Amino acid sequence: MSLRTPLRRVLGAGSAREGVHHWWLQRLTSVALVPLTVWFVVSILALPSLDHATVAGWLRGGTTALLLILLVLVATWHSQLGVRVVIEDYVPAPGARTVTLTLLTFAHALLAAAGVFAVLRVALGGPA
Amino acid sequence: MAPRPISPHLSVYRMTRYTLATSILNRFTGVGLSLGLPLLVYWLTAVAGGAAAQARAQHLLAHPLMKLVYAALIVSFCYHLVAGIRHLVWDTGRGLERAQSHRSAWLVVALSLALMLLIGWCAFGAGGRAP
Repeated sequence: MSLRTPLRRVLGAGSAREGVHHWWLQRLTSVALVPLTVWFVVSILALPSLDHATVAGWLRGGTTALLLILLVLVATWHSQLGVRVVIEDYVPAPGARTVTLTLLTFAHALLAAAGVFAVLRVALGGPA
Repeated sequence: MAPRPISPHLSVYRMTRYTLATSILNRFTGVGLSLGLPLLVYWLTAVAGGAAAQARAQHLLAHPLMKLVYAALIVSFCYHLVAGIRHLVWDTGRGLERAQSHRSAWLVVALSLALMLLIGWCAFGAGGRAP
């Protein structure tokens, strides 16, 4: 005997099997961010200086550019997942919540695109 | 919609509970790091704009008050990293007993403090990295 009502069965609206989707992505990105962020902090601290020549030279290394792009993408993704939950927890009004979530999603997308663009611009030979 | 409990609620539960304090701190530091992302992208964009653009950005980045921002980011990063690893361990089903989670709460505080001191010394100590 099914516990689902006949109406529910006709509509076919059961679990979309996506209940753990957000949770899983948050874990996946956090696992990736452990080595990426530690690499970034150690690299920055190990640079002899932060003047333009040094930083640009560091960024032109293929490995550096690749890891930095990954860092920007995974960090903005993880941040988006995280602040989304914070807004969902503390902004109860549906209108304000939707507007806030929309703006935060756009802001994160902008940050991800701008970050990747900046790294590529240096790595692929921007202005010296 | 009926009022539903929000979690972690800041004013209802007792803050002396290790789990709650470490949990809300993880959230605060996470939001702090999110606020650091625009700074990272600003810096990368300045570097991409060339030496002159980076020199202009340096006016803001080297402002004395920015040291407070860097310190807050270092504190947030160290705490969020260590507390986040604790969460990942929990996700495997380990360390969830009350006594174990109290012990790991202290471990998180101790390890993240040690990491803060190490990175802080590298950044702000003699010949430090901070601009």
